[in-house]
Amino acid sequence: MQRRLHLGSGVTILPVYPGGTVIKDNLLYTKEHEWLSMDGQDATVGVTDFAQNELGDIVFVELPAKGTKVVAGAPFGTIEAVKTVAELYAPVSGEIVAVNQKLLEEAILVNSDCYGAGWMIKIRMSDPEEAKKLLSAAEYGEMIASH
Amino acid sequence: MDLKLGKTIFDISHENTIGVMPPAPGVAASDKSWQIPAEFLRESAIDWPEVSEPEVVRHYIQLSTLNHHIDKDTYPLGSCTMKYNPKINDRAASLPGFVGLHPETPDADCQGALQLMWELAQDLAEITGMDDVRLQPSAGAQGEMVGLLIARAYHRQRGENRRTVIIPDSSHGTNPASVTLSGFEPVPIKSNADGLVDPDVLASVLNETTACIMLTNPNTLGLFEREIKRIVDMAHAKGALVYNDGANTNALLGLARAGDMGFDVLHLNLHKTFSTPHGGGGPGAAAVGVKKHLIPFLPGPAIVRSETNGIVQFKRQSPDPLSIGSVHTFFGNFGVLVRAYTYIRSLGAPGLKRVAEDSILNANYLRTLIKDAYDIPHAGPCMHEFVASASRQKKNGVRGGQIAKRLLDFGVHPPTVYFPLIVPEALMIEPTETESKERIDAYAAALLAIAKEVETNPDFVNAAPHTTRVRKIDEARAARDLDVG
Repeated sequence: MQRRLHLGSGVTILPVYPGGTVIKDNLLYTKEHEWLSMDGQDATVGVTDFAQNELGDIVFVELPAKGTKVVAGAPFGTIEAVKTVAELYAPVSGEIVAVNQKLLEEAILVNSDCYGAGWMIKIRMSDPEEAKKLLSAAEYGEMIASH
Repeated sequence: MDLKLGKTIFDISHENTIGVMPPAPGVAASDKSWQIPAEFLRESAIDWPEVSEPEVVRHYIQLSTLNHHIDKDTYPLGSCTMKYNPKINDRAASLPGFVGLHPETPDADCQGALQLMWELAQDLAEITGMDDVRLQPSAGAQGEMVGLLIARAYHRQRGENRRTVIIPDSSHGTNPASVTLSGFEPVPIKSNADGLVDPDVLASVLNETTACIMLTNPNTLGLFEREIKRIVDMAHAKGALVYNDGANTNALLGLARAGDMGFDVLHLNLHKTFSTPHGGGGPGAAAVGVKKHLIPFLPGPAIVRSETNGIVQFKRQSPDPLSIGSVHTFFGNFGVLVRAYTYIRSLGAPGLKRVAEDSILNANYLRTLIKDAYDIPHAGPCMHEFVASASRQKKNGVRGGQIAKRLLDFGVHPPTVYFPLIVPEALMIEPTETESKERIDAYAAALLAIAKEVETNPDFVNAAPHTTRVRKIDEARAARDLDVG
């Protein structure tokens, strides 16, 4: 598969697999392998390179509709690979203000560009303080290195 | 000669080729005395394939070689107990008296079939230490559900509304599904570092809402639950029942009995432990056994034996009013029951014990042969199966599923992969007692050769299989762009 990760500065590559696994320095992470990118009141959410590699070829992503309320730590959707289905967990609480509709047609974007075109939802955060509980890139890297 | 490959029996049909010469019809086509309504009368010729007998035989023999099956080579699919199915089982099941028997035949005219099922239930009760057994459920998952419905009926009858069922995280995926389908909530518990149920963890979730604990013993890691007595006692002290998923009974035959361990209810996969053919969806048979206090709740008809003036009689008896009801028509898959009965009777008690001993020996032998090339997270002696991990191979870019596909090139069936879920890159291997030392050696040699290839040529392994009729399938595309048209 042609991978189109936006490499460049601000990226760490951990040698967990041949080819490595990519962690972006400017993002926040959950223990369940979601990433979160903050932009004022809004946060964009997706799954990490490590997660997409572990799951293998993604065949479906099921996401909630715009307007749905999500709760930090609770499932907001599912991601389906060839042999497994996993739940997606909300890193923060709030209301979904955008859903990546393209993903519903082209789940493969999660494999090819998990930090870019493979984003999943945008949440208008009800309590941005919650994000402080998330892992930094260094902490997340440490977690998967000891995987 | 691949001329006929990929063709159906209709594709090889040739006009005016004849395989059989049917006798002349005894009724003229013009004879209207049968009074079949016009809309049911065929107007065109039947589209039978026109094929000679040798071509029919070749066609089906060829088809039988395209898939893997136990009559072709080793099939160590963990948890599935793919043992050889002795041909004498089929011979017994093919006896005209069994084949031609109608399920509505009056009891007096089918004493043999009733006796066979009565004796089979007795044998299974004796083998497992349960007080009564019913034969109706027709698959392992159905057996699970029947067991849970029995648990529900039992608690309700006592005026208790217990809502949860505790399941270890190593359990078969069917367990939580059966729990949900039976109207309970599954409560998973984590296994300890040894891969066993931790009584302290169990104690933290066990309470008055617990209807049942579902255990598989030996568990799916092929390990015997060492604390089984304590676990069962803990459950009973809280008023909960304990269910044994009997999928792994092969390891216990003649050695240990679930009933003696204190289990209240269990199912047996006759199609695993008792050598009836399976795979491809059935037909199966999952006898359900219970202790005395649960007998009234058993499903389906019972068979009772009576003896008056030296005359033995077997009779069908309607289920108890407390029964959970029927879960299949009549007695389930009768042909499978005949095969299981034949297996038990041809081996006898010493033979069955030998089955368990040899299945354990074979698994431990194979485990020892490959333990340096593959990680085995839960070390130590195993029962009838063991779980290796391809974690080491994954670091070279080859995952468990690809090792499985590469094994196909060696003419053998892969192990179960990615299960149980608590072992990353799991390879779950169950050679069964019917594989010879030579076959197990060959299987180990294949696994070792692949481990080497992973180090020297991982791309080659990742492109496997190379020699099968159908090569590597694009599973992602098959799931994304499913076309059933």
